[in-house]
Amino acid sequence: MSIKNTFSFFLPDLEHKNGQAFVSDGIKAGFPSPAADFDETTVSLDNVLVKNRETTFYAKANGNSMIGAGIDNGDIMVIDRSLEPMNNKIAVCCIDGEFTVKRIKIEKDCVFLVPENKEFQPIKVTEENELIIWGIVTYVIKSV
Amino acid sequence: MYALVDCNNFYASCERVFQPHLIGKPIVILSNNDGCIISRSDEAKALGIPMGAPEFKVRAELKQKNIHVFSSNYPLYGDLSSRVMKILESFTPHIEPYSIDEAFLNFDGMSIPDFHDYGSKMKYRLQKWLSIPVSIGFADTKALSKVANKIARKFPEKTKGVYVIDTEEKRIKALKWTKIEDVWGIGFRLNKKMKAKNINTAYDFTLPHNEAFIKKEMGVVGMRLKYELEGKSVLDLDLPKDRKTIAITRSFDGNITTFDEMKERVSTFATVCAEKLRKQKSCCNNVIVYLRKDKYKTERQHYNFYKMETIPFSSNSSITISNIAVKMLKNMFEEGEIYKKAGVIVTGIIPENQKQFHLFEEENPKHLKLMKVMDDYFKKTGERKIRLGNQDLQRTWKMKQNHLSKKYTTDFKDILKISCQ
Repeated sequence: MSIKNTFSFFLPDLEHKNGQAFVSDGIKAGFPSPAADFDETTVSLDNVLVKNRETTFYAKANGNSMIGAGIDNGDIMVIDRSLEPMNNKIAVCCIDGEFTVKRIKIEKDCVFLVPENKEFQPIKVTEENELIIWGIVTYVIKSV
Repeated sequence: MYALVDCNNFYASCERVFQPHLIGKPIVILSNNDGCIISRSDEAKALGIPMGAPEFKVRAELKQKNIHVFSSNYPLYGDLSSRVMKILESFTPHIEPYSIDEAFLNFDGMSIPDFHDYGSKMKYRLQKWLSIPVSIGFADTKALSKVANKIARKFPEKTKGVYVIDTEEKRIKALKWTKIEDVWGIGFRLNKKMKAKNINTAYDFTLPHNEAFIKKEMGVVGMRLKYELEGKSVLDLDLPKDRKTIAITRSFDGNITTFDEMKERVSTFATVCAEKLRKQKSCCNNVIVYLRKDKYKTERQHYNFYKMETIPFSSNSSITISNIAVKMLKNMFEEGEIYKKAGVIVTGIIPENQKQFHLFEEENPKHLKLMKVMDDYFKKTGERKIRLGNQDLQRTWKMKQNHLSKKYTTDFKDILKISCQ
């Protein structure tokens, strides 16, 4: 079954909770604030990091196998489950019931889950394995 | 065209989203306080674990059969439920969330060439995006879409989880297959009456010679159901509204035998009801207090007690609702009896801004400010540290949750940890 993103219903987001810069000089007499014309919403990380609210999940990385890709132990990963798995994407995979984060390499007749650390071996996914690409990692948040 | 989308074994499926090693393994979920079984995976059903069984009665069996047991994790289920509903909204703007795990959809005015195909896309998307398996039934009416849903769920191989009743032939076949007790709105009591009248299937229910009986027993509700099953749509989508009653009831760990102890509990339940009212910006008009005695230690058969009082004005003040509840308790409570369970229920709920004002009796306006302080403090700290005088400050609002999974989506401390080994 091939499912493409062909659906076109969008509902207005009426519950947007992100802050809005409030300019209160509206009614007072005198010279109005010149900033009032540039009344824009405040910057929100949510809007940048979360493209699809319903399918976005967060997870903490536990281990060092992906440090080459910038995912260090303890980093928080933003995962979007609605994105299609593609070659070279970093994905949260579920192999035989266990979660792991790896880069997907699709070869002609098989799939590899490739770590980004020389000390770890790529996992070759064979027919005996059960692989679910759970979601695609879109951002990594780290504390410095 | 209507559709009913129902999540398969929803609570068990929610647990599996973040613990995929449990896919294919038997799981059961326990009710609040780890009381009894309220959700089972298909594997647990196959092992013969009955729905509703008290946990302590099947504890040994669960262990022996290696069944995974979870306390109910409502923050997790609620979050996934709202994600399911939002995703369904991308298939049609007309949606009625019917319960935490099912929703009616309506497709009027949309041109969809193949409903089976459209349903398959919905099912695939919820599986891929959220790992939530669903069954979907399509038909011309809500009641028939429930029937179609049951067929989709019962015959997964044949239907692939999606079934469309779109011909007269299919409708009649489906009604003949549907047992009367499985028809939407036929409860235990009605089922017995129907059986006595030789109405055994949904099809029998629609037969002309039963019409008078149905009218007599079920009135207009029964006639509506009959039309719906005949394919004439009379029930529209009910758009989501605020809840009509709020109930806080708890079984006690031990027994409660003294008035003071019970007063503390009832007052606490009342304040939580008031808090929920304020959260959804509404007020209530009636307060009900419910008490349950130990049914094995009462001589009389009567062990459930209810009392209701109407407040002279609409209120969502913890003080007002608690005072009324405690006043009723004074009249109900019998010293020396053993109580097992109690609750406070508020009804007659109206939006805060549609409150009728009264000339002579009105809420003390100071309550409003005080409640705001209490709510703000609770929101900020997550603790109910500001309480009424008759509540116990030491007592915490803790349920027995010995098998609780993490709040993967609603508490940042609890997010999934994924191995990078």
